[in-house]
Amino acid sequence: MSATVAGTGAKRRYGPSAFGDDLRRFWALTLTLATTEFKLRYFGSVLGYFWSLVRPLLFFGVLYAFFTVVLNLGQGVPHYPVYLLSSIVLWTFFTETTNGCVQCLLAREGLLRKMRFPRLVIPLSVALTAVFNLAANFVAVLAFALASGVEVRWSWLELAPLLLLLATLAIGVGMLLSSLYVRYRDIQPIWEVVVQALFYGSPIIYVAAQYAEKGGDRIMHAAVTLNPIATLLTQSGHAFVDASFPTAATAAGGGARLLIPLAIVAATFALGLWVFSREAPRIAEHL
Amino acid sequence: MTSATSQPQVRAQPSRPSAPPAVVVDHVDKAFKLPHQQYHTLKERALHPFRKDTHDVLQAVDDVTFEVEEGEFFGIVGRNGSGKSTLLKCLAGIYDIDAGDLHVRGRLSPFIELGVGFNMDLTARDNVIINAIMLGLTRQQARERFDEIIAFAELEDFLDLKLKNYSSGMTVRLAFSVAIQVDAEVLLIDEVLAVGDAAFQQKCFAEFHRLKDEGRTILFVTHDMAAVERFCDRAMLIEKGRLVDIGEPAAIARRYNELNFGRSVPHLGSPNAEERFGDRAAEIVASWFEDAEGVQVAELGHGQVGFVCLDARFHEDVEDPVFGVVLRNETGAAVFASTTDLLHGPTGRFAAGERVVARMRFENWLVAGTYSVTPSIARPGFGADAIDLRADVAQLVVHGWFPTGGATNLPHSFEVARG
Repeated sequence: MSATVAGTGAKRRYGPSAFGDDLRRFWALTLTLATTEFKLRYFGSVLGYFWSLVRPLLFFGVLYAFFTVVLNLGQGVPHYPVYLLSSIVLWTFFTETTNGCVQCLLAREGLLRKMRFPRLVIPLSVALTAVFNLAANFVAVLAFALASGVEVRWSWLELAPLLLLLATLAIGVGMLLSSLYVRYRDIQPIWEVVVQALFYGSPIIYVAAQYAEKGGDRIMHAAVTLNPIATLLTQSGHAFVDASFPTAATAAGGGARLLIPLAIVAATFALGLWVFSREAPRIAEHL
Repeated sequence: MTSATSQPQVRAQPSRPSAPPAVVVDHVDKAFKLPHQQYHTLKERALHPFRKDTHDVLQAVDDVTFEVEEGEFFGIVGRNGSGKSTLLKCLAGIYDIDAGDLHVRGRLSPFIELGVGFNMDLTARDNVIINAIMLGLTRQQARERFDEIIAFAELEDFLDLKLKNYSSGMTVRLAFSVAIQVDAEVLLIDEVLAVGDAAFQQKCFAEFHRLKDEGRTILFVTHDMAAVERFCDRAMLIEKGRLVDIGEPAAIARRYNELNFGRSVPHLGSPNAEERFGDRAAEIVASWFEDAEGVQVAELGHGQVGFVCLDARFHEDVEDPVFGVVLRNETGAAVFASTTDLLHGPTGRFAAGERVVARMRFENWLVAGTYSVTPSIARPGFGADAIDLRADVAQLVVHGWFPTGGATNLPHSFEVARG
């Protein structure tokens, strides 16, 4: 009997998996979940778009007031407010994706336990919603940058690959966190602490050059080499805000050293994908 | 009865015997680990790295093998916890199996729970599209079928209402309509029809029949033996994860009842084992059921009006005979009994050679199931000497749904007052 079914469109592996067997459906589902989430956030209230802008802008306002007026941190940095806002928006994208991923499988328990679909759709749709929000926030960044007199340059195009790398890192972390959270519920507080450390360890409220001011070039080299977020923010500052910012290569102490953060991004993504794929068939029963 | 000419046995055969089966389940195992103490945190895991992970194993599906032909209506029955829902979830691709092989040919639509992924804050319009995509349609296809979906659910006037303002019945109708419109070749139905009103349930079953006639394959998990006998071509009984029996729905339903009630249940209406007694001063020629219109029926919806009829011929003169009716359910329990003596009064004198048809009108408050009637004629008085009594001569399948699990439904209402 098994001989008769071998051909004729019978599917080989039948249980749930990370990717499923139909990439078109995979994408359609991801897009549907992400747009639904986005729609609910933006059209749920009259001022939906306004509110979603308010959060990063308010955060920006508080940090700006505190660090420039009280601590005088941005002194001597060209277009410091623009740098601060753009890095906050990028950072918001990273945290929105990763924090959202931690509990996403639990939040979609109903779907996971009742339907057959590629499991990876869920963390990916969280990331895609964050991409939509990033696009919306970036409109504000652009308006602010132009109003502050930031020069329009070709190097702005560099943002595309930089964003792609940031997204790869965020999704890699997201896959890892979401699948681990199914087994270990203390992933959430642990990740909150890591996020705090990353926030202060990355050049968001300060710029990469200020590592060097406080602790010498070696500290700056180490920070930009070992923290891919620092690498990406530094390069985006150079490309987007002002050419006088050091490039990631300079800040890392040599172009070849940039292979390290790239390798970290790739390794995180690969690890996340591996763990998630391994857990995917059993997620429904472990929840 | 009326459909006896359509030869259901022939229809039950797969349309093309050479076609590969629609569903193949080949020595499938599925177990769940039930840990004695579960580590829910990394901290515990880190503190006790060498503690042994002890657990019990629950073998939910144990070496089950069967095939379902294309176009078959296949019933899966079993008691609570017998593993039938786990098996269905394996078939639906929600659980991964431990061993064996499992194939489903073509698109599959699981009716395991309707309206999964419905978002209460979105309109019906948005939810239909999203749910259809979740069930496997492309966005384009979902838009094309939108009108049909809404028409089937009869919700044209409520398209732009948010789902949170829908009644639960409306939500279920909408969800069912989407699931039915995804054009699946194989449908998995897990007792989802226990929702919605009677009229919609009938519509659902009619729809399943239509799909079956189109050659779709249907796997139907249920406790309702009446539904199994009515709809299924074949059925399968599982108990403790193991396949007990597979075959004719009536036979499977009997085995299920044996399992459930721990004893053999007499096969209803079998002519050779007929229990009959009385002095035969009159003879019951036939007995049957009728619906409210007086049409002879073998099934009747819950809550409808029906008649139990008996046709008798008198061989001697009899004064005031008492006509009686007993209805028994599958377990053999008399769920209802009445006589003309109790309700009608003296029936008058009947002469030898006279023919009489007695009808008892009743409102059908029986729960879904199969019932048999035992009609009787007796002489009046305390002794109630039987003239003729024929046990279990006709059957009635009651369909429809009343959720308490009781043997009958009494017309009732509740009042709850705080003291």
